[in-house]
Amino acid sequence: MTAPVPVIAIDGLTKSYGKVRALDGVSLSLEPGRFTALLGPNGAGKSTLFQILTGLFVADSGSVRVLGADLAADPTAALARLGIVFQQPSLDLDLTVEQNLAYHAGLHGIGGRRRRDAIEEALALFGQSETRRQRVRTLSGGNRRKIEMARALMSAPALLLLDEPTQGLDPASRRDLVLHVSRLVRERDLGVLWATHIVSEVEAADRVVVLHRGRVIEDGAPADVVARSGASTLEGAFLALTQGRAA
Amino acid sequence: MTGSHSGVLAHASLALAAILRREITKFLRQTGRLVSAVVRPTLWLVVFSAGFQNVLGVSITPPYENYITYDVYMAPGLIGMVLLFQGMQSSLALVFDREVGTLRLLLTAPLPRWYLLLCKLAAGTLLGVAQAYAFLLVALAFGVDLPRWGWISVLPALALGGFSLAALGLLLSVYVRRLENFAGTMNFVIFPAFFFSTALYPLWKLRESGSEWIAWAARVNPFTHVVEMIRFALYGQFSALSTGLTLLFGVLAFGLAVRGYDPQSGVLGRAPRDE
Repeated sequence: MTAPVPVIAIDGLTKSYGKVRALDGVSLSLEPGRFTALLGPNGAGKSTLFQILTGLFVADSGSVRVLGADLAADPTAALARLGIVFQQPSLDLDLTVEQNLAYHAGLHGIGGRRRRDAIEEALALFGQSETRRQRVRTLSGGNRRKIEMARALMSAPALLLLDEPTQGLDPASRRDLVLHVSRLVRERDLGVLWATHIVSEVEAADRVVVLHRGRVIEDGAPADVVARSGASTLEGAFLALTQGRAA
Repeated sequence: MTGSHSGVLAHASLALAAILRREITKFLRQTGRLVSAVVRPTLWLVVFSAGFQNVLGVSITPPYENYITYDVYMAPGLIGMVLLFQGMQSSLALVFDREVGTLRLLLTAPLPRWYLLLCKLAAGTLLGVAQAYAFLLVALAFGVDLPRWGWISVLPALALGGFSLAALGLLLSVYVRRLENFAGTMNFVIFPAFFFSTALYPLWKLRESGSEWIAWAARVNPFTHVVEMIRFALYGQFSALSTGLTLLFGVLAFGLAVRGYDPQSGVLGRAPRDE
């Protein structure tokens, strides 16, 4: 039996800002149909990693391959397979939900009947069909996030990258989003990389990767991570790993 | 997106259409921008030409074949002003998009970045040309005597001028990091570009008055060449020098802007982590 082709293969990424080393040899490989949580305290390098994975920044060294396509050599092929939810909201508040989604569809080469279907399906997936003609400005924070997730899935990506997607949301909205994404992982064989510093929202993840000071310091199933740390909960394990090392 | 040639072309066309649609929708929602785009040059036309009509004598120099009134002389400069402001507005919109996060969406689209930026330029050019024609209508209403067929012959010049000034705006958006810095930058670009040019007075007039260095600055100012290209085109004539220099300036500004937006080599790739 052959191993599944990784949706993303990250190898030896380093990135420095002056004397500050934001990423220090990060290597990671993600499989389809798995929910991977990237846990790290503020300043661990999560956002830098996401900016490199989305082609916004270039790493000092190392490589990223999305389904075999090298991000540096063939960025359009690599980006075509990614769905991205940025940490900072990126909806145009002055446009309607539908106009925002149509804009994204155009950027991803989805037009005509396919575009209409993709918009309908994406909105239905997150229970947002009613908001279609509303200006984004009038939506709640939770609904805006759902629209951003719906938008990221319109191009049928192999990997969904989410950078602290629950930032600013109330606990109920947070739980709702996590459940939605977990269901998509199973139903669509989607690979997910969910970056956060909130441990409770990723306790049901298939895999947890702990990033601290630009390095991967732990990687495994949540139960294994907890067992190896000697703590009784994932939160305890995370604190032991990051605060213990910070001392 | 398919990998075939026709698939790539279809993708590129859909992206262009999406970017044009977004820019036009946003422009039409900003009624203040629409009004000021026409009111600003109209004020200049009415106030300046009334004040200077009898002060400045404009002799017969190409492309003019007869004596002209000052409002006729000013019109190409004011059309250039419309395009210049549109270029700066495009730049401001890009800086705003970067601050609110929507620029990331554009820059992570699976198309070459230079092409995405070219689509942005196309949108800025289209809006500039539309505003220039809106101003031409106002000029007509105020009785500015421009040749009617000039409305057609000026179109390529408006498009090229709009492109070059939008490219300047794109280049500025690489280096202007924050919205609050923008007002100063606009004043630093718009006023020198406009006043050190042939928009308000011909070169020979500057030389005649002994302002050699201002005449020299006006001669090397790319905006002068945008204005002169439009002036000649309004009379169905072609200024090879002005057209060539405008094209060169536009391509150069666009090339530098693409370099600035390239994370491999540009300034954006060295930005701090909150970018």
